[in-house]
Order: sequence, then structure tokens, then C-alpha cells
Amino acid sequence: MKWIRSFALFWYDFVVGDDWRVAAGVAVALGATAGLVHGAGVNAWWLLPVAVVALLGLSLRRAVAAAR
Amino acid sequence: MTGLVLVLTVFLACAVEAVEALTIVLAAGTSRNWRSALQGTAAAVAALAVTVAALGPAIGLIPFQALRLVIGALLLVFGLQWLRKAILRASGYKALHDEADAYAKEVASASAAAGGGRGVVSDWYAFTLSFKGVFLEGLEVAFIVVTFGNNQGSVPLAVLGAVVAVVAVIGVGLAVRAPLARVPENSMKFAVGIMLTAFGTFWSAEGAGVEWPGADAALLVLIPAIAVLGLGTAVLMRRTKTAGAGAPAVADPASAAPTAPSPTAKGSLS
Repeated sequence: MKWIRSFALFWYDFVVGDDWRVAAGVAVALGATAGLVHGAGVNAWWLLPVAVVALLGLSLRRAVAAAR
Repeated sequence: MTGLVLVLTVFLACAVEAVEALTIVLAAGTSRNWRSALQGTAAAVAALAVTVAALGPAIGLIPFQALRLVIGALLLVFGLQWLRKAILRASGYKALHDEADAYAKEVASASAAAGGGRGVVSDWYAFTLSFKGVFLEGLEVAFIVVTFGNNQGSVPLAVLGAVVAVVAVIGVGLAVRAPLARVPENSMKFAVGIMLTAFGTFWSAEGAGVEWPGADAALLVLIPAIAVLGLGTAVLMRRTKTAGAGAPAVADPASAAPTAPSPTAKGSLS
């Protein structure tokens, strides 16, 4: 059981990293993009770049706040 | 993406990880036991080869659209992690990665650890230290090689970039017999973070059904835009930190951002 937990934690750390909100934000942004493209017929190419700027900025803000 | 950019991206990512792995193997070898350290390295390389051999064909079976969505998303998450750390290092909020310092710490902890062997391995500590160092540093590179290669249909080119980087780092390491502290590791990581973020954004959006204006040419805008975003943020954060605290938190933070590669020099990480 301990081995499975360590294995799962390793992959979580490997994929998600220091800030899980970034991974969650990417998933939400991609879901929204797919929804706009396939559901509303909008070619939402601009959404992900905007999300990248926002997610990076917010993550850095949290890191800076934690460092102070 | 051109083959050249593919090779350069994989080369940079692989070189950075190889430098870090070399530091660990050198520490295990010089402070403990060279034979066991090299056995650990060989075992890790074999494990990585098996991982790539298993992952490569498996990824090739995934439908192209789904592959771009999933792999692009993972590359984007990786890229943002690398870029975030690179910006924090360049702005002085996180200490710059220093191979000489990392080597000294590894040697100190390896020297203090207990001895003892298992089977054909005479020093288990040196074996496991080398194995973990090489495997963990190599796993991310293996992932980048497999995903970049499959997405571009050029796995051999991606492997070429990785092999050239490893051979170059090992060659220089053998020549100097010391940690490669003079490699501009932090700048290289910045470049890899930019590239992973740009390609991750491009591929994952395509996988979600987006048609980029200008098709592949959109990358020529995305890469410089993310580079400007990353470098500009680092400069801004460093100025804010210096103005607020009176002095930077790391020994020489000014050496990080100015030496980070320009958008035209191509990509990077955390």
C-alpha cells in the first residue's frame, strides 16, 4: 500500500508539479476551448494563450506572496 | 515545426537534465564507489530505454487529434512549471541552480551515508543514488522525446537531439572530471520552458479542435510572444523585488535574466 502511494505521489509530482492550480486551469481552459469550438462553432484559438498568461501570472503571484 | 527546432528543443532539454544527472553520478562515484555508480547509471539508462520503447508505440496507437490534445496539455503543464521556476530564479525569488553547490551537497550526504552492498553491487548507496539521479532526470527527457517525436512524426530526429546532448555532456564531463558548473543551465531551462509552453499551447488547442490563424506559422508568433512574456515578467519582478527589499535575495540574480535566450534563439524551462 505504501509503495502504491509513493508511486502515485511520484507521478502526481512529475505531472502536476508545484502548483496544482496551473494543471487544473489548463484542463478547464482546454475544456472551454473544446466547448466553444464543438458546441458553439467558435474558433476559439485565442482562449488558450489568454489562459496561459493568466495562469502563469496568478501562479507567480502566489509564489511571490509565499516567499514574503 | 521544422526538424531543426525539434532537434534543438530536445537537445536543450536533454543537455540540462544530463548536466544534473552527471553531477549526481560524479558525486556518487568520487565520494563512494565508481563501479557501483556506473552500474546504477547503466541500470537507469536501460530502464529509460525500456520506458521509451514501451511508450513510443503505445502513444503511436492513439488517434492523432486525441494525441495532440493529451500530449499538448501535458507539455503545456510541464512548460508552465519550467517557465514559472525560470522566472522565479531570474527575478531572485528562487536561488539559481548551481551545479558546484549541488555537487558539494551530494558529496557531503553520500560521504556520511552508511556502506554495504547487495549481490554484484558492492556499494548499494552509490548504485541507488546514481540510478535515481539518472532515471528521474531522464524521465522528463524521455517524455519530451516521445511526445515531440510522435507529434511531428520524427521520433528518430528527437532521439538524435537527445543522444547528441548526452554524448556532448558525457564527453565534456570526462574531459573536465568535474560538475559542469559553467554550463548556462538556468538560461537553457528558461529556453526549454518557453518552447514547451509554446508547443503545448499550439498542439493542445489543435487537439481541442482549434484552427490556428496561419496554421503552423502561428508558432512563429507564439514562441516569441511567450519569450517576451517570460523575460518581461522576470525583469519586472526583479525590479519590484529590488525596489521593495533594497537588495536581491540571491547572490547574482542579475546574471539570470539578461543571459536568458532571446525569442529568436529558441525555446526553454524551469
